[in-house]
Amino acid sequence: MLKLVRYLKEFRKQVIIGPLFKLTEAIFELIVPLLMAKIIDDGVARGDLPYVLKTGAVIVLLGLVGLGCALICQYSAARASQGVGTRLRHDLFAHVGTLSHAEIDKLGTSTLINRIISDVNQLQVAVAMLIRLVIRAPFLVIGSTVMAIWLDWKLSLIFLVAGPLVALVLYQVMKRTIPFYRTIQKKLDRIGLITRENLEGARVIKAFSKQEHENQRFYAASDDLAQSSVRVGKVSALLNPLTSIIVNFAIIAILWFGGFRVDSGALTQGQIIALVNYMTQILLALVVVANLVVIFTKASASASRVNEIFETEPSILPGGEESGLSGTAKVAFKGVSFAYSTGENALEGVDLTVQPGQTVGIIGGTGAGKSTLVNLIPRFYDATAGRVLIDGVDVRAYDTAALRKKIGIVPQKSVLFTGTVRENLRWGKPDASDEEIARALNIAQAAEFVAKLPQGYDTPILQGGKNLSGGQRQRLAIARALVGRPDILILDDSSSALDYRTDAALRAALGAQAGESTVFVVSQRASAIRHADVIAVLDDGRLAGVGSHEQLLESCPVYREICLSQLSEEEVSR
Amino acid sequence: MAKIRQEDRTPVLGRILKYLKPYWWLLTLALLCAVATVTCTLTGPVLVGRTVDMIVGPGQVDFTGILGMAGWLAGVYALGALTQWLMTYCTNKITYHTVKDIRVQAFSKLSTVPLRYIDGHSHGDLITRVVSDIDVISDGMLQGFSQLFTGVITILGTLAFMLSINVKIALVVVLITPLSLFVASFIAKRSHNMFREQSAVRGEMGGYVEEMLGNQKIVKAFGREAASQERFDEINSRLYDCGVKAQFYSSLTNPCTRFVNGVVYAGVGIIGAVAAINGAITVGQISSFLAYANQYTKPFNEISGVVTELQSALASARRVFAVLDEPSESPDALEAARPASCEGRVAVEGVSFAYEAKKPLIEDFNLQVEPGQRVAIVGPTGCGKTTLINLLMRFYDVDKGAISVDGKDIRDYARGSLRACYGMVLQDTWLFTGTVRENIAYARPDASEEEVIAAAKAAHAHSFIKRLPQGYDTVISEEGGSISQGQKQLLCIARVMLTSPPMLILDEATSNIDTRTEIRIQKAFDEMMRGKTSFIVAHRLSTIKEADRILVMRDGRIVEQGNHQSLLERGGFYAELYNSQFAGAEE
Repeated sequence: MLKLVRYLKEFRKQVIIGPLFKLTEAIFELIVPLLMAKIIDDGVARGDLPYVLKTGAVIVLLGLVGLGCALICQYSAARASQGVGTRLRHDLFAHVGTLSHAEIDKLGTSTLINRIISDVNQLQVAVAMLIRLVIRAPFLVIGSTVMAIWLDWKLSLIFLVAGPLVALVLYQVMKRTIPFYRTIQKKLDRIGLITRENLEGARVIKAFSKQEHENQRFYAASDDLAQSSVRVGKVSALLNPLTSIIVNFAIIAILWFGGFRVDSGALTQGQIIALVNYMTQILLALVVVANLVVIFTKASASASRVNEIFETEPSILPGGEESGLSGTAKVAFKGVSFAYSTGENALEGVDLTVQPGQTVGIIGGTGAGKSTLVNLIPRFYDATAGRVLIDGVDVRAYDTAALRKKIGIVPQKSVLFTGTVRENLRWGKPDASDEEIARALNIAQAAEFVAKLPQGYDTPILQGGKNLSGGQRQRLAIARALVGRPDILILDDSSSALDYRTDAALRAALGAQAGESTVFVVSQRASAIRHADVIAVLDDGRLAGVGSHEQLLESCPVYREICLSQLSEEEVSR
Repeated sequence: MAKIRQEDRTPVLGRILKYLKPYWWLLTLALLCAVATVTCTLTGPVLVGRTVDMIVGPGQVDFTGILGMAGWLAGVYALGALTQWLMTYCTNKITYHTVKDIRVQAFSKLSTVPLRYIDGHSHGDLITRVVSDIDVISDGMLQGFSQLFTGVITILGTLAFMLSINVKIALVVVLITPLSLFVASFIAKRSHNMFREQSAVRGEMGGYVEEMLGNQKIVKAFGREAASQERFDEINSRLYDCGVKAQFYSSLTNPCTRFVNGVVYAGVGIIGAVAAINGAITVGQISSFLAYANQYTKPFNEISGVVTELQSALASARRVFAVLDEPSESPDALEAARPASCEGRVAVEGVSFAYEAKKPLIEDFNLQVEPGQRVAIVGPTGCGKTTLINLLMRFYDVDKGAISVDGKDIRDYARGSLRACYGMVLQDTWLFTGTVRENIAYARPDASEEEVIAAAKAAHAHSFIKRLPQGYDTVISEEGGSISQGQKQLLCIARVMLTSPPMLILDEATSNIDTRTEIRIQKAFDEMMRGKTSFIVAHRLSTIKEADRILVMRDGRIVEQGNHQSLLERGGFYAELYNSQFAGAEE
């Protein structure tokens, strides 16, 4: 939590002003009973009506000034807490932007979202409470104790016994409940998980007629949550009664021992009343302190979750200065191995050289390492061993942003973003003209359906491209990569949602552009890559063969098997 | 306008109260405890006052009296603490169980609503309703119970005490205090709008962050980090603006009501003093009056504090009840057929169907399938292949025409029995959080270990399962990190292999599996489905060449049908589709 204190520095003014004004209000609050006593002792006793009215007016005036002070405090709290939250969110989002795929894979998207939104929110609440209450409550506790000591130090020993006792109760109850809050949060997560599973698997669950079973599973999870909540509630419900019983018994003690003190003439009756009032004052303040403790415990958990993100260092550093990429590029893999954090090598000792302007087909079974291989070119991941070279220069020597600008990528999952068709297509080149867009759409076989959309290029796309079919999304994703006329084009199994006719037309159109860029085509379909200049066959992370379709049919058993599984004997040799 | 709002609020509140019915005895106990607690807190000061009266001055202390009073006080305080704990315990129990009841009801509602509802609504939104919204209701109820119960009783109690001392002054207090309620509701109404705006912007931010972080790889690939940060900052600064406003306005409530209370306090003091000067009441009575005036206004303060909480609880309850009010699927008729198995004769007669009334998707569709036939369905994206499956399984009901199995309209079957006739594997792989074994045995939890392994072997999943860290006991997590899409599909296939259904539906079931494995799985299916009916939807034409009948669909109709050879010879749409896969970059 301390690491985040620097965010408060910017709001030093509010952090000082807020509590000061709050304190003023609290002091006024303490003065009011004294004035009231004066009204009774002096005004009523002497029958002095103007004095009563005058003092009454002062009380109301104090109330008004107090209100003003409180408003200033609340405003400072609002400004500072929201300000801290806003900065934090900005920094978090920016930091996440610098992380590379490996770290994001490890953290997971959903927790990042939660941390940026809910955890920062929790911290905001803590800052507001800090300004509003952190001075006031302890001030009242300490002030009352000091006043008690001042009145009669012997009787105030009762305060010094009761105080630690209350603190002990607070500590014990917190110790027993706070860990449970975490468990309860997890149980709530589980309820969300089952609900999500059931919505997504609605068809399968109905197909297997497992509704009853799922209902029972959900019931068990909710019941579990209810039981734990009640169990925690049982303990935390002890807090108030226990503290009030300690304080009230302290009051009884004050009365009893006070009796002796008054009897011996050391104290007056009025002072006993004052001591009792101070005790009650302490009780009320302690309840606030308990709430503060809960809020700060939650906040410190959030702070550590936020810090965890800040402490995550990007594993891929920005790279060198080299930006001299121009024209179609030569790409070479030299002894490249790669392992995801999970351990086993996904790629092992891959050597492959692609000449400028060539089209390379990469084929292999599920999990053979095809996508992993092409992900190394734009440095989404860095090779664990060996080097990836573009025009003879290690990719790590390039300026990463400049490098990625030269590469057009069509990912496996075609994702579009909220915005219009035009905005989506301009992703890689914000100033692309309509002609450039039209050319890209034509190659991607998307011109026809885009023309049919109600507002053409200005048709809005919903989040995740929900208003388009899978095939349409995929074609737009291809067009998006083509708009910038990339030097290297990577198609990562990106025609899976297209039917054969469209796919074939797309391949023909891309073929017509041949030589403009170096193209990597990742696919499971032999037909998609058989006409490539070079075909690389991957099997379990190793290169099983490189060559043309005909050469590989002769020399590479893996390739032959793949082809035969998809095409008939006659088609294979056709 | 206020009246209208009042009207639509009552039923929601009434409905929440209905859920409390089963817990009426807990509720009664909680109320009794509340009365006891409040009585104890109110009598405490009276007893303390009497004790103080026994300590007059040196030599004038009545120690036996104090001892007796101390006994009373101890008893009152102990009882107060005990009943306070019991009350909180009861309200906790009522709340958490009521909330559980609502949640379970909402969940089972989701399993009975037509698929159309689930397909048509954002899952994130529905999950929020089942999880967070119900949680907000629970917070509201807890606060409501504890503050309202004790609050109302305290108000009534102090009122009685004050009236017993002096009616006129009591009336003044009663008349001024509602002012704080008025102020509170005035602020609450304003801050409510600001809260709504704030949560809207926060929702917008959540959506944006999800979109950008979820697709971080693409953002990076296109070098859009700066642009996305810019947009984020824009939303962030709007969130700041409305956050400051919402927080400031809502935090006005407390100081403002405190001010009103201060005025009440001063008012009582002044009027009391004037009355005392005129000899109407005694000084001692003023001081108890002041104490009670303080006691009386405090609950108003607290109640106004929970108003926001209650407001959002009601808003959340309305969202939850909206789900509960969704009409369920028509229940299965009592006389609905529940056959244990079926022969597999399927007939589709004159069926029309549309997801949206204006866009007919399938029109006048006809199809006869004999038992044991293997029917493949091909066609371009969006031609209605998957819709046909939805209709066969009765996930959706046809708009016109009828589908029958073994000569009986599928609407005359119990849904469960009809669906049990089909084994289904979809392109979207769905597994739940649980072990590999549990997932394979999903439809038959009683299956033996040997059967599970045999199914896994048939689906060619056994070898990769064995390599998982805990084999068949490996837990598949939400993100499914350690398992690839293709492997998930293999598990789904194993799941169906285990049931050995009378009919089979494969909707792009092998799209994520490499073709070599696919062919082996195909063989396993062939063996399992010998003599049984199956429907296969596929992109890869190679996988359907062996089908008895191939239906070529286009725009919701069958345009050609026959087997592979006859369709090729015809040289129509199918032949064109088939040959196109060998076209490509031949030039």
